[in-house]
Amino acid sequence: MPQISQLVSTFGSQFFWLAITFGLVYLLIGRSMLPKIQSTVDARNKRIADDLDAARIAHKQADEIEEKYQVRQAADREEAQKITAEAKAKAGKASEKRVRDADKRIATKIAKAEEEIAAQTQAALGEIESVTAEATQDIVSKLTAAKVTKAKAVKAVKGALANV
Amino acid sequence: MAGEEGKIDPMHQFEIKPIFDGGFEIAGQAINFTNSALWMILTFIALWIFMLGGMKREIIPGRWQVMVESMSNFVTNMLTSNVGEAGRKYVPYVFSLFMFILFANILGMLPIGVLGLKPFTVTSHIAITGILAVLSFSIVLIVGFWKHGLHFFSLFVPHGTPLPMVPFIAVIEFISFMIRPFSLGLRLFVAMTAGHVLLKVLGGFVINSTNAGAGYGALVGIPSFMLMVGISALELLVAVIQAYVFALLTSLYINDAENLH
Repeated sequence: MPQISQLVSTFGSQFFWLAITFGLVYLLIGRSMLPKIQSTVDARNKRIADDLDAARIAHKQADEIEEKYQVRQAADREEAQKITAEAKAKAGKASEKRVRDADKRIATKIAKAEEEIAAQTQAALGEIESVTAEATQDIVSKLTAAKVTKAKAVKAVKGALANV
Repeated sequence: MAGEEGKIDPMHQFEIKPIFDGGFEIAGQAINFTNSALWMILTFIALWIFMLGGMKREIIPGRWQVMVESMSNFVTNMLTSNVGEAGRKYVPYVFSLFMFILFANILGMLPIGVLGLKPFTVTSHIAITGILAVLSFSIVLIVGFWKHGLHFFSLFVPHGTPLPMVPFIAVIEFISFMIRPFSLGLRLFVAMTAGHVLLKVLGGFVINSTNAGAGYGALVGIPSFMLMVGISALELLVAVIQAYVFALLTSLYINDAENLH
C-alpha cells in the first residue's frame, strides 16, 4: 500500500504541495471569491424581500384607496339621492301652486261668465216683459174697447210669466 | 497498469512518483513535483475555473452562476443550521475544504486512462486526509480555547451527568474527542482507496479473463464490466458524500467549540 509504505518518504512533499494548493484555495476562493458570491446571493435575497415588501405595501394602499372610494361613492350616492328628492319636492310644490293658480283663474273666469249670463238673462227677461206688455196692450185694445194701462199690462204679464 | 508477468497491481495507482527530476529539501524532507502535486494543482485550477463562472454577479443568474451559488448556499446553510449565525465566519474554511475534497475526489474518478493518462486521487492518501483532519481539529481546539478558555474542558462532561459518573464519562468523552481527527482523516482515505481498488481489481478481471479466452471473457469479463459501471456510479456518489461528510463533521466539531453544549 503506497499510502503507508511511501508515507514517510513523501509526507514532506505532499504536505508542501497541499499547503500551497489548499492555501491558494482558501485565500483566493474561500476568502476572496466566496464572499462576493455570498454578497450577490444576499443582495438578491434582500432585493426579493424588498420587492415583496413594496408589493405588500402597494397592495395595502390599493385596498385603502378602494375603501376610500367605496365610502366616497356611498356618500356621493346619498347626496345625489338627497338632491333628487329635494328637486322632486320643489318641482311638486311649484306644479301644485301653478295648478292652484290656474284653478283660481278659471274659477274667477267662470264666476264672471255666470254673472254675465245672469245679467243677460235678466235683461232678456226684462225685454220680454216690456215686449209682452206692449203686445198685451195692443191685443187688448184691438179685441176690446177697454184701454189697459201700461202698469196693469205689466202687472198681468208679470203674473202670467211667474206661472210659466 | 500491468505489472510484471501480466499481473495487475491494484495498488500501483496510488504510487507517488516525481514527474520532474530535481527538487529540494526542507528539514530533511525531499520536496518533489510529483503526480500528487500535479493533481492538487489541477484540483485548484478546476475549482478556480468553476468559481470564476459564478463571478458574473448578476441579479438574475445564469446556469453556471446558479451552480456556484447553490454550492455557496449549501455550505452556508450547513454552518448556520449547525453552528448558528456565528457559523458564518467559518464558511470560507469549510467551503474551501468541501470544494477541494469534492473536486479532488471527482478529478480522481475521471476516465482519462483511455487517453493513456494516469488519474491520481489526491484524497486517497492518508497524508493528505490526515493533514486536513488535523487542520480541522486544530481549528476546533484553537477556537474552543480562545472562546472559552479552560472552560472548554466542560465539553467532556455532558449536562446532567451524575456526579459519581463524571470521571468515567469525562474519560470516554475525552477519548472520543481525541479520536475525531483520526476518524475524520481515515474515513475519507479509506472510502476513496477502497473504491479505486475495487474498480482496479474488477478491471483486472476483465483484462485477464479476456486474455484467457473468449469463453472466460464472456463468463467473467462481461459481468465484471457491468459491475464496474455500477460501482463507478456508486463511487461518484461516494466522492460527493465523503466530501459532504468531511465538511459536515468539521462544522459539527466547530459547533462544539463555538457553543460548547
